[in-house]
Amino acid sequence: MTDALWYFARGSGVVSLLLLTVVVALGIGSRSGRPAFGLPRFAVSLLHRNAALLAIVFLVGHVLSLLFDPYAQLRLLDTVLPFAGHYRPVWQGLGTLGFDLLVALVGTSLLRHRLGARVWRTVHWLAYLCWPVALLHGLGTGTDNGTWWLWAISIACVVVVVAALAWRISPNFSRFPARADRAVAPRLRPHLEEVK
Amino acid sequence: MRLHIDWTACDGRGVCTELLTEMLTEDDWGFPVLRNGDTVPPPLDGAARRAVDRCPMLALRLVT
Repeated sequence: MTDALWYFARGSGVVSLLLLTVVVALGIGSRSGRPAFGLPRFAVSLLHRNAALLAIVFLVGHVLSLLFDPYAQLRLLDTVLPFAGHYRPVWQGLGTLGFDLLVALVGTSLLRHRLGARVWRTVHWLAYLCWPVALLHGLGTGTDNGTWWLWAISIACVVVVVAALAWRISPNFSRFPARADRAVAPRLRPHLEEVK
Repeated sequence: MRLHIDWTACDGRGVCTELLTEMLTEDDWGFPVLRNGDTVPPPLDGAARRAVDRCPMLALRLVT
């Protein structure tokens, strides 16, 4: 039973990282304002939200199992306050920090109709901090750091997010990419290129 | 119930026209255009709420 908690904590942590990687990629995809990953726009948006909520579920499992795990000896404070732990405080603190950030991200998203678009968007930029923090936490702490499979998963996650970011920064990522050329009079097209 | 589009906020991302295609169509620049007035027929209540929920710019509102 005691081992089960530890195994569950490790597994749910890895699953959370995979889900968060999907969430980041889909979030960038939904920002593009066009169908992405072979999905319609609303599906990208919904999948982004649902994957994030699922990540929260696994993350709560991850934290709860460690809270009751006799080896980890996590205090209640360590689940909220980063870098105060006894065991590898920096790496564990990154996990706490990532968890706090994710709670802020999901909380503001669920309340964004009350907060307004500007506040929500500002907080949502923290996603670009949250994901690397989660990745580093996974690489630095725990039983599995240094194993080939955790490295493989981490590298795959980095590849996905870096590819999405490269697309985000590339000139292809303009507003209304597929539409502008379609229905605009040919003589106006040069002007349109300037606007884009 | 009526559908209100905040034009200063709308960015033409096109999510609402996908979710509420019975009421909205896209203009040439991807911005939503009402097909037949802004009154939401009762059978489209759910779809309208979903469109409002998913708007990335919070530009859609339901007005009673």
